[in-house]
Amino acid sequence: MDRRKSIKTLVIGGISIGTLAEACNRTENSPVAPSEKEKDAIVSGINRMKEEIAHEKKIDAEPAFFTPEEMTTITLLGDIIIPKDEVSGSASDAKVPAFIEFIVKDKPEHQMPMRWGIRWINIQCLERYGKLFNDCEHTKQMEIVDAIAWPNKAKPEMTQGVAFFNLMRNLVATGFYTSEIGVKDIGYIGNAPFQWNGVPEDVLKQYNLAYTEKELRECISFS
Amino acid sequence: MGDLQIHKQPKKYDAVIVGSGAGGGMAAYVLAHAGLKVCLLEAGPMFDPKKDSNQLKNPWESPRRGAGTKFRPFGDFDGCYWGWEIDGEPYTHVGDTKWEWWRARMLGGRTNHWGRISLRFGPLDFKRKSIDGLGDDWPIGYEDVKPYYDKIDQMLGVFGTNEGLYNDPDGIFLPPPKPRLHELMIKNAGKRVGVPVIPSRLSILTKQINKERGACFFCAQCGRSCKVYGDFSASSCLVIPALATGNIDLVTNAMAREVMTDKDGLATGVSYINKEDMQEYQVTGRTVILAASACESARLMLNSKSTRHPNGLSNSSDAVGRYLHDSTGADMGGIIPELFDRKRYNEDGVGGMHVYSPWWLDNKKLDFPRGYHIEYGGGFGMPLYGFQWGIEKLNGAYKIKGKQKEAGGYGASLKEDYRAIFGAHVGMSGRGEAIARKDSYCEIDPTVVDKYGIPVLRFNTTYTDYEINQARHMKETFAEILHSMGAVATWGNEDGKHNNYGLHAPGNIIHEAGTVRMGNDPKHSPLNKYSQAHECKNLFCVDGGPFVSQADKNITWTILALSMRTSEYIVEQMKKQNI
Repeated sequence: MDRRKSIKTLVIGGISIGTLAEACNRTENSPVAPSEKEKDAIVSGINRMKEEIAHEKKIDAEPAFFTPEEMTTITLLGDIIIPKDEVSGSASDAKVPAFIEFIVKDKPEHQMPMRWGIRWINIQCLERYGKLFNDCEHTKQMEIVDAIAWPNKAKPEMTQGVAFFNLMRNLVATGFYTSEIGVKDIGYIGNAPFQWNGVPEDVLKQYNLAYTEKELRECISFS
Repeated sequence: MGDLQIHKQPKKYDAVIVGSGAGGGMAAYVLAHAGLKVCLLEAGPMFDPKKDSNQLKNPWESPRRGAGTKFRPFGDFDGCYWGWEIDGEPYTHVGDTKWEWWRARMLGGRTNHWGRISLRFGPLDFKRKSIDGLGDDWPIGYEDVKPYYDKIDQMLGVFGTNEGLYNDPDGIFLPPPKPRLHELMIKNAGKRVGVPVIPSRLSILTKQINKERGACFFCAQCGRSCKVYGDFSASSCLVIPALATGNIDLVTNAMAREVMTDKDGLATGVSYINKEDMQEYQVTGRTVILAASACESARLMLNSKSTRHPNGLSNSSDAVGRYLHDSTGADMGGIIPELFDRKRYNEDGVGGMHVYSPWWLDNKKLDFPRGYHIEYGGGFGMPLYGFQWGIEKLNGAYKIKGKQKEAGGYGASLKEDYRAIFGAHVGMSGRGEAIARKDSYCEIDPTVVDKYGIPVLRFNTTYTDYEINQARHMKETFAEILHSMGAVATWGNEDGKHNNYGLHAPGNIIHEAGTVRMGNDPKHSPLNKYSQAHECKNLFCVDGGPFVSQADKNITWTILALSMRTSEYIVEQMKKQNI
């Protein structure tokens, strides 16, 4: 693709983001449009006061923030950051892209860093390969990612990309590890009625620790 | 507004209470059980933890994964409605001074989400001026409050241990939970650096104490409020049981405007706006008890002007709104590389720390006059929004699985890093005593009203070198403890002189007190030693307002004890026909 032409497309893409987003907000194949059931869960699944319900409804009624192209980039990057491995699934398996679409509406401070970060990546790709990130081959995508994924060894001119990738990594990780798949992966065992009886014996031994007699006498024990 | 009318409740109550948190809830409980007829006004909606708590929800059940909003700054599952800002209810500041004002609007107030840290003030805490010449002594001492501490320990339940510490008095305690892994490490580190670490004292039921409330089931979610009433909230443990007496008319969504007075200057009741219909209402009573929070109660008094009370209700002293102070706060945290790739198990425990450090030094030898205690955090917490944030600052700094990696990254190796670091965090927070000062205060802003037309508060609070030096000492202590336990500080360690050692803005610790203080001299204090207004004998204040100073102890347990004491005094005075 002619580089100049691509940049033009990109700019037009930028200008038309609002309309585009509007158009795809309620379509079935939009990656972020929640089902009616999901919408109800958003509003009523947890206890909320009436001002919060109004806020949830308002966010829910907003058009999608990200364009389909941006969502594709977010999905690609998300699965590079958290791929499927022998323990658990990928970011997209855990529906992290939909979480990111929601959270940028809820925390608008993430909107511009995300939008312009994706744009920055696309400009880099156009400059280097004459293609947008989504259209690049995997190896080319990884070249760009490697240029920005390692903060301490990235080149100084990559600072903007590094900042974006840090944000992306953080959003993806927090979205993934707070999903059902991610909580299982990380091994958080809790959030259930339980009786705390102290640190397990083998763990105490591992760290060369022990409860004192005073603690054993005074603290609650369950048999 | 053509048909503006005032809706007057014809029933005359024995008491009208404004606010249903710790202070108001306790007053309602005592008065209703004594057979008095009470009208309880609450500015927010009904809240019953049994039905309304978000306890045991999983992170993915919140679309924002438990992130905070302006409605719930402590997170989507938190048990407190509203926080630092409320739509339509502004507050202002003088110049560039800071006060961060937390306001809960719900039955039970902020007790639905508080830390349950339930510390008695000690004998020294009531007499600080006699020790260091700063602030004022209370008109009462530990011996006056002890019987009430004893009663609420048994009535509401608190775990802890009797350590025989003079200024951290023993109580009537339930057994504490055993320390968690990082807490054992903190305890050992404390021993090495000379900081005592003892079982925490939290109002959580490690054993059942009555039929109405269940025992703690160790989900670590007291902040969401407890569905089995296993922790103390004013909603579950005071107001809801008090409603069962049939002696209370609870009015929710009632935003108090003024305390009404008669020609003799006595309180006759309270006027309020019903937030549902925005209409004006009045309710009358033999006594009025303010428990709207230290600052809201001061605001009500300052807004209740009359011929007899031209400077606000019971305010010839001009002390209402003054002496406003919060706990000081500074924090630091890090990671414990030794705990990387820990064995997984359920260590939720109770909501909050199992151990803490009471103040251990002699201020005469230090460059700040008052102490602080240390709260600890760490371990395997439920992943919520923000979890795993900032890995790029951690994973390149330590060996993971024996390998030194490059910071940041992606992919399967990054997933390995997240797993390694889970549960290896530790954090500590100092919470100290600030000096209550006349020139650190809130007042009515003459030009701003809220959405109900009620003049708002303007804050003018500052810190002095005393608080700043104390924060510096906190940071030094934290660094020592972290170092001694083999942890590496990763946050809070870059604070210094340039930012007052990370000392939080006043108000941020959410322990507001001092604005309606008690004292024997009406020229200097609006209330007497029973929290009864010197200049309006049927007006009382039972929140953090009456505190002359607030010790290095969280104030809730003392609010409860003093409210119970005042409420019993009211019952007795009514019997004697004195009010």
